[in-house]
Amino acid sequence: MTFRDIVPIAVVIALLAFVPAFVTANTVLNFLVFTLIIALAAQGWNILGGFGGQFSFGHAAFFGTGAYAAALLQVRFGMNPWVAFVIGAVAGAAVGWMIGYLSFRSGLRGSYFALVTLAFAEVLRILANAATFTGGAAGVLIKLDVRPDNFQFESRGAFFWIALALVGAVLVLTRWIERSRFGAQLVAVRENEAAAKALGVDTLRVKLGAITASGAVTAAAGGLYAQYFLYVDANIAYGTWISVEAILAPIVGGLGTVFGPLVGAVALHGLGEITKLAAGSVPGIDLMVFGGLLVAAVAFAPQGILGLLRRPGQSKGAARHA
Amino acid sequence: MLEVQNATKRFGGLVAVNQASLKVAAGSITGLIGPNGAGKTTLFTLISGFEKPTEGRVLFEGQDISHDEPHVRARRGIARTFQIVQPFAGLSVLENIAVGAHLRHAKRRDAMARAEEVGRRVGLGPELDKSASSLTVAGRKRLELARALATEPKLLLLDEVLAGLNPSEIRDIIPVIRTIRDEGTTILMIEHVMQAVMNLCEQVYVLAQGRIIAEGPPADVCDDAKVIEAYLGAGAAERLKREKVHA
Repeated sequence: MTFRDIVPIAVVIALLAFVPAFVTANTVLNFLVFTLIIALAAQGWNILGGFGGQFSFGHAAFFGTGAYAAALLQVRFGMNPWVAFVIGAVAGAAVGWMIGYLSFRSGLRGSYFALVTLAFAEVLRILANAATFTGGAAGVLIKLDVRPDNFQFESRGAFFWIALALVGAVLVLTRWIERSRFGAQLVAVRENEAAAKALGVDTLRVKLGAITASGAVTAAAGGLYAQYFLYVDANIAYGTWISVEAILAPIVGGLGTVFGPLVGAVALHGLGEITKLAAGSVPGIDLMVFGGLLVAAVAFAPQGILGLLRRPGQSKGAARHA
Repeated sequence: MLEVQNATKRFGGLVAVNQASLKVAAGSITGLIGPNGAGKTTLFTLISGFEKPTEGRVLFEGQDISHDEPHVRARRGIARTFQIVQPFAGLSVLENIAVGAHLRHAKRRDAMARAEEVGRRVGLGPELDKSASSLTVAGRKRLELARALATEPKLLLLDEVLAGLNPSEIRDIIPVIRTIRDEGTTILMIEHVMQAVMNLCEQVYVLAQGRIIAEGPPADVCDDAKVIEAYLGAGAAERLKREKVHA
């Protein structure tokens, strides 16, 4: 990875960092923070699904683990929320490694892997919904105590910057993956596992590395969610909604690209929000737009929005090389 | 360098390879021929590690590697190509080769440089930036060869790299294979194109119905009655001899 690889990321993050200077309406900032959290979760999914070709339908397992860890460690054990947040991300990595070890070692691929991840997320959801430790169906409420060292802020802008910094850090991580041996091997696994093995790629190790990183990133998104809304329950943390969000953003934005998840999350939620404003009180109209955009993306832009922006006729591989 | 000792591979009731033994001397080009369905590719998968032998052993440089995973064998220095080409279709030609080069070069820049060098050597120079899926059959065969070579193997297993090529393409690629050997890589090749086998190989093994039925220099093996019968059916050797006499 060279300095030149980082420049576009630095420019995008720097521009976005000015947004709270112009936008002060709480509803808009609220929407932006939420979109960044989704983008972060989607970035996690993209490492495993976009680069590694292992489509998980259960990234809620990681998101929820991060969210619950952040909430429970401070509520039940009085831990500092910043520390709890970091532990949450580590816990997400651990859950990722475990699911990966169990499924990849038995050679699960494609739809079978997708089903297993979905099952893990659902089991965790049901457990979290039933156990008293996790607050059962009532969920966990984090006490309002606005202090920066308590990971709670007066202004939503502060949260926006933290979310942005995390998204930026993962953009750099993803760029590094793209430019590294690990990334080359991960993409090789996606394209053709047998050929990768023949070329000396330890496919199990590469896939485990990807799902571990993926779990950590998506868990960080969960921790941020808990800290921002100060509330977690099983259907939020381990709900299918976040698994779906984490898949849709990269697909719409551009699978296996550095900016894909961010672009996709902004496009999907931006358009959803605009329709909600325009259509007024028609319930569910934003979801219809959501669905419409997904159909359009799959039909007309199979390489996502970023794929459309590339010069026509230029192949994906060649573009990445150039 | 490579030794297969009494390798047997059963798939359920089917015995694909039956007590096959062969030796590949360091620095040689050894051929493995035989009629369709003889078990040549299965024997290759035993050597490259994609399947494990039911019985018998595979030795590489004196060490038993029968139970090593494919990527471990690749690290030891065994590279294979696939009979049915397996390009990384979404990547460029150069990136395809770079995956192989990454085995010995951790840094992206080194791997890319190495990949470019290997690509040019097998004649893919003008194609390096194209998508692998845009290559012709001949191009894809060269890509298989380049990727395997980029891992800097000691032993190269070529599974019908010439199949599907036209005569002029075959003429182009034969010297490439010879050069690879001359630069120090031992080669074991499955091949149906006899022109190439006669041209390149010093030693040939003939596999039929899972068994090694003959071995020796290519010219001798082609005259072997058992080999002719394996290809053309029982009694064929006799008939051919008679026809030659009458003619």
